[in-house]
Amino acid sequence: MARPIPPLPRDMRNTVLPGHAACHGCPITIGLKVVGAAFGNKVILVIPACCTSVVVGAWPGNAFNGSIVHVAFASAAAVASGIAEGLQKRGIKDVQVIAWAGDGGTADIGMASLSGAAERNNDFIYIMYDNEAYMNTGIQRSSATPPGAWTTTTPLGKLEPKKDVARIMIAHGVPYVATASIGYPHDFYAKLKKAARIRGFKFIYLHAPCPTGWRFDPAHTVKIAKLAVETGLVALYEYYDGRIHLSGPSRPYLDKSKRKSIEEYLKLQGRFKGIRDEDIKVIEKYVDDMWEWIKKHI
Amino acid sequence: MPKVVLTGNYTVALAAKMARVEIVAAYPITPQTGIVEKLAEYIDKGELDAIMIRVESEHSALAAAFGAAVAGARAFTATSSHGLLYMHEWVHWVSRARIPVVMAIVTRTIGTPWNIWSSYEDFFGQRDTGWILGFAMDNQEVFDMTVQAFKISEDPRVYLPVLIGLDAFTLSHTTMPVDTPEQEELDKWLGPRRQGYVIDGSEPLALGNLAWPEDSEEFFMDLQRGMEEAKKVIREVDESYGKAFGRRYGGLIHRYHCENAKYHVISMGAWSGDLMEAIDILREEGYPVGLIRMRFIRPFPDKEMYEILNGSKGVIVFDRAISFGSLGPLYLDVAANLTKYTRKLPYMRNIVAGIGGVNVTHKDFYELVKATIDDLEKGVEPPVFTWHHRR
Repeated sequence: MARPIPPLPRDMRNTVLPGHAACHGCPITIGLKVVGAAFGNKVILVIPACCTSVVVGAWPGNAFNGSIVHVAFASAAAVASGIAEGLQKRGIKDVQVIAWAGDGGTADIGMASLSGAAERNNDFIYIMYDNEAYMNTGIQRSSATPPGAWTTTTPLGKLEPKKDVARIMIAHGVPYVATASIGYPHDFYAKLKKAARIRGFKFIYLHAPCPTGWRFDPAHTVKIAKLAVETGLVALYEYYDGRIHLSGPSRPYLDKSKRKSIEEYLKLQGRFKGIRDEDIKVIEKYVDDMWEWIKKHI
Repeated sequence: MPKVVLTGNYTVALAAKMARVEIVAAYPITPQTGIVEKLAEYIDKGELDAIMIRVESEHSALAAAFGAAVAGARAFTATSSHGLLYMHEWVHWVSRARIPVVMAIVTRTIGTPWNIWSSYEDFFGQRDTGWILGFAMDNQEVFDMTVQAFKISEDPRVYLPVLIGLDAFTLSHTTMPVDTPEQEELDKWLGPRRQGYVIDGSEPLALGNLAWPEDSEEFFMDLQRGMEEAKKVIREVDESYGKAFGRRYGGLIHRYHCENAKYHVISMGAWSGDLMEAIDILREEGYPVGLIRMRFIRPFPDKEMYEILNGSKGVIVFDRAISFGSLGPLYLDVAANLTKYTRKLPYMRNIVAGIGGVNVTHKDFYELVKATIDDLEKGVEPPVFTWHHRR
């Protein structure tokens, strides 16, 4: 039986304030609310160029009830390192520094600074919210876009596989790596809380389905997020002490027969409208390989 | 005052240490490495109570220094040439955030071809970034200017980052005697860290949210006002430092034999020492020539420049950088700023030299200045632009 679900503070609604600029059904506001639930306003978000740079609203307003430092695209991890060290030097311990970056700012242009911060083991949480393309600039492919997906720079569908950043971070030997999904806020919340108790570099991957870029009904953001887990496409786990600890929502899907059909996930999204059978096979193989890897490291 | 003998690089490191920097974030590049190595040694030996962030690139070096500064720590970095170009995006970002940070630049030629010797394209490449740009002539000034940089940067009228230039090898790797103040006296003079805002979680604060055009423009207009204030602050800091430690440089510029001068030479950097030797000889020979040595090019000392050059019979600007397709950047600045005060510019000559680290001696300067003055006295105007190159 799964562990009891931890409570989410009721005031998490006060984290994302009226006046934000998110699209209907945006997963970012869901994610930020969970961050607010975990840390209140004792949090400093370091945000590189990404959808969230816009979502939090225009000056002099701020639709996030916490501190924000906007930074140049490639540097979220570097600035977060600086803030964390600066706070440490000043003896401030009750504030959580979080680099909050998209897949482009993490898997592509921010990869070097991310790797540097991880190797130095700087004391903050890095969250990659993965909406699987450059959504803020208008849906261009990133290295985290899945194969077969339409984007404005892959009009016939992306040919290359998806970059698995969580595994890259595990290879860095950092104290804590986790994957989460906006479809499972309690799980994400528990991981944030756990990460905050660990000193050093923590990486959390956050799957974040984007109705605007993925071409689905904004009412279905959470449904799609859950389907990604139920089909086994996204596996929720933690990695610490040298092994994977599979999280509650993903535990059934260690057994392949329990997983829903990937096509059920794909058919709800306009971006996969023209997907070829061979691309589906590539995705299925990606999923199988990932679960084999999980089994080996559990 | 303790006198020490140090390379330019070690002088920078000592000045940063004595300014009690709390965070150093840096990435090594020739010829700046000595600065990073020495600071790492100070920190590891416990001689400096600071944290070193050993970043993976220059882009991250300034980003991390910025993060530390925003969080309330006195932050420092140093780089050179390609490293400075790589961090250029951040150079802009830091000044626009109005956050005090100090950075040393060991000036080095930009490739290709690979070249590690001094010329100033890297330094001048930061001209429009909103940083206060200072340049030292010798290691004593490297020390004084570095500690002064913190005072200027953290002045509430300014709150802008400061960049200090020093020549590759001629200063960075050359030992010279340096007078240093007592730590206690310097602490008293410099005071604790000051900044316009701090993001440390004590209250929710957002830095850099999207701003509409009119709002953005007002931020940048305020930065320009900060630069104007910095002129005053630089002069005051020079004066108060002089009062405390006995060395004054003249504020934004250093005047050398400018009294009664009819001809003027303008330069910046270590080779100004060679120019001074040339001026000494020319003065002995009866040439009424003086030198204006740039200590700061941002903010630009426009008023001082006009007051000295008003009525000059001829001006030579030596540039150790070139704006390809135009003229030397220092010349462009001098000429443009004079037009704020007068429509009658003196004859002005721009000699670009020393590019790629080519050695220019006091004899070269002597000959170039003498020939120019001799021509002008004969009523002959040499061409405005000359690229002086000698094998």
